[in-house]
Amino acid sequence: MVDAAGTMEDEAGAARFGELLAGEQRVEPTDWMPEGYRKTLIRQISQHAHSEIIGMQPEGNWITRAPSLKRKAILMAKVQDEAGHGLYLYSAAQTLGIDRETMFEQLITGKAKYSSIFNYTTPTWADMGSIGWLVDGAAICNQVPLCRASYGPYGRAMVRICKEEAFHQRQGFEILLELMRGTAEQQAMAQESVNRWYAPALMMFGPPDDDSPNSKQSMAWNIKRFSNDDLRQRFVDMLVPQAEILGVTLPDPAIKWNEKRGHYDFGDLDWTEFYEVLAGRGPANTTRVARRRTAHEEGAWVREAARAYADTQHAPRIAA
Amino acid sequence: MTSPGDFGGRETWPLWEVFLRSSRGLSHLHAGSLHAPDETMALRNARDLYTRRAEGVSIWVVPASAITASDPDARGAFFESPQGKEFRHATYYTESDAVPHL
Repeated sequence: MVDAAGTMEDEAGAARFGELLAGEQRVEPTDWMPEGYRKTLIRQISQHAHSEIIGMQPEGNWITRAPSLKRKAILMAKVQDEAGHGLYLYSAAQTLGIDRETMFEQLITGKAKYSSIFNYTTPTWADMGSIGWLVDGAAICNQVPLCRASYGPYGRAMVRICKEEAFHQRQGFEILLELMRGTAEQQAMAQESVNRWYAPALMMFGPPDDDSPNSKQSMAWNIKRFSNDDLRQRFVDMLVPQAEILGVTLPDPAIKWNEKRGHYDFGDLDWTEFYEVLAGRGPANTTRVARRRTAHEEGAWVREAARAYADTQHAPRIAA
Repeated sequence: MTSPGDFGGRETWPLWEVFLRSSRGLSHLHAGSLHAPDETMALRNARDLYTRRAEGVSIWVVPASAITASDPDARGAFFESPQGKEFRHATYYTESDAVPHL
C-alpha cells in the first residue's frame, strides 16, 4: 500500500515537474524532482563551488608579489569574491540534500572534480591578466545562461556571481593592456602568458558536443541552455576583436573570419591534454588538493573552538 | 518540521538566514544563508559575504531552525482563500474605468 501511494505521489510529482520545465518555470527545493536531476545538480553545483575555492590558489599565489598596492588590493578583492562565490554555491547545493562537510570531504579526498583550468600554474604576473581575461571570460560565457537554470537556488546564486565576475574579467584585461603598453619585455611576458592560457580556457566549455554524453539530458532539464561547442564559438567570436585591442596574437593560426557562417573559424584543440589534466596529471593537481586539505584540517580546531564557545554562551538558543 | 535549507546533521556550525536592507526606507529582504557558530559571527560573516559592494545598511541574521515554513504539499488548500475573489482587486470594477480620479 505504501508503495502504491508512493508511486502515485511520484507520478503526480513527475507530471508537475514536467509542467514546470515546459512552462520555463523554476524548480524549488521542496518540489518533487527526478533522482537523476537531483544528482546531476548536486554534482554540477558542488563541482562549481569547489572550482571557486580551488580557484583562489593560482591567484592567491600572487597577492604578496603584485606590482603595486592597488594591484594587491584588487587581487585580494577578487580572491575574496571567489570565496564568496564558493559559499553561495555550497548553499545552493545544500538545498538538494547534501551537507557541506560531505562536499568538503569529497574535495580534499579527490572524489569530487573541479574545473581543470585551476590545475595550471601561474609563474608570471601576466598570468593574473590572462586568468581574468581568458579564464573568467570563459566562465562568464558559461555562467550567464546558468542564471536561467531551471533549479531556482542555482539560478539565483548565478545571478549574484555573474554581477561580480564582470569586474574580474575587466581587471584582467587591464593588466594585459598595461603590459602591452609597456617595454618589449613586458609585451613578451603578456604574449607568452596568453599563449599558455588560450587553449586551456577554450577547453573550459567541456569536450566537443559529440563527446559530451550528459549534455543532452542537462539541456532537456533546462539546466544547460547552450551546447559546449556553441558556447566555445561565442567565446572565440568575442575574443578575436578583444585580442586586437590588446595587441596580442591568439596562438591559433587557423583563426579566420568565416563570412558564410558569420563566425570565426578556429583550429582543433588538443583534447588528450584535457583528459590528462582531468585524470589528475596536470601541472598542479596534487598541490592544489593538498593545500586545500591542509587548510581544512589545520582550521578544524578553530571551527570546533568557535562552536564550543558559542555553546557555552547560550546553548539553548542554537539547537544544531 | 525542517527549516528551509536545513539538511545537515553533520554540520559543525548551524545555518543562518540573512536579510539585508539595501537603504533606509526599504524593508529587509532575504539575501541568502551561511554557517556560523553564533549570532556575532553570523553578522560578521553576513557582512563579508553579502555586502562586499555596499549592498546593505542593515543586516538581520536568523537561525534557519527558527523559521517555520508553510507546507509545500498543501499549498493548494492553504492558499485557497484568495482564489476566485477577483473582487478584492481594483481592476475588477470596470464600470468606473472612465471616471477620473477613481
